[in-house]
Amino acid sequence: MPTIVVDVMPKAELLDPQGKAVTGSLARLGHGAFQNVRIGKRVELTVEGEVTDEVLAEAKTIAEEILSNQVIEDVVSIEVV
Amino acid sequence: MATRIGVVTFPGSLDDRDAQRAVRAAGAEAVALWHGSHDLDGVDAVILPGGFSYGDYLRAGAIAALAPIMTEIKQAAAKGVPVLGICNGFQMLVEAHLLPGGLLRNAHQQFIRRDQKLVVANSDTAWTNRFKTGEEIVIPLKNADGGFTADAETLKRINGENLVAFRYAGVNPNGSIDDIAGLTNERGNVVGLMPHPEHAVEPGFGPSTTNAMRSGVDGLRFFEGALNALQVA
Repeated sequence: MPTIVVDVMPKAELLDPQGKAVTGSLARLGHGAFQNVRIGKRVELTVEGEVTDEVLAEAKTIAEEILSNQVIEDVVSIEVV
Repeated sequence: MATRIGVVTFPGSLDDRDAQRAVRAAGAEAVALWHGSHDLDGVDAVILPGGFSYGDYLRAGAIAALAPIMTEIKQAAAKGVPVLGICNGFQMLVEAHLLPGGLLRNAHQQFIRRDQKLVVANSDTAWTNRFKTGEEIVIPLKNADGGFTADAETLKRINGENLVAFRYAGVNPNGSIDDIAGLTNERGNVVGLMPHPEHAVEPGFGPSTTNAMRSGVDGLRFFEGALNALQVA
């Protein structure tokens, strides 16, 4: 069955406390070359049947209205795998 | 007939019983409501309590904002029914677009619990009419995702339309933009805030004050305010 993968990231201009915590840990471990870690979400939607334009449009709506909160996050990609 | 104030229980609600107790302390009848129902049981006002509804999966309050009862709460809010969202309830109101902006993980990345000083920024709402604008109150704060944020345009509207109900005073505990601790809608019937008024309604169990330990009852006036607003209306 096809899967639609939605990637959601915290907005670039907002503080990402999770990413900041991991950035701090990497620096302590000596991986100082990695300066800015940001953590988002990958959501996999398994589709029954064919991924038509209609299904993809529905997934886009779900991604923007439910899977992400546009005030604090961006949907950075929607792809069919 | 006594004023009836509903408190919605979601899977993962923690402070629903405390909110019911606060409602009774203010002299109203507390009505237990269920997230999976479409029935508000004819209540005069609704409280969305604190906790971690649905484990805060996806985002704090996000899945609760899609619960069946929220359809009814949105309709009731549009008709002017007083709605109060406390902590997780505030997150639900924001996720349901009944209040503007969004809530982020606390800037210091820690869960926080403290007795928090607030300044009342708008006393002209269904839940804040027993305060004076500019008055300082103390009620408990306890959360992980309390950092309020909004884009520049939304923030301008929030400030321009006097939608800030409470600001943090003394310290900003979570990185909230403009020290915003709570908001109201334009009509003043919907109010949401991160701190917990229901934990400051009874002497012996509230925040400490300069008078005596655990004697703070500033939270009681939220619930009395709703009774007042309903009697006036």
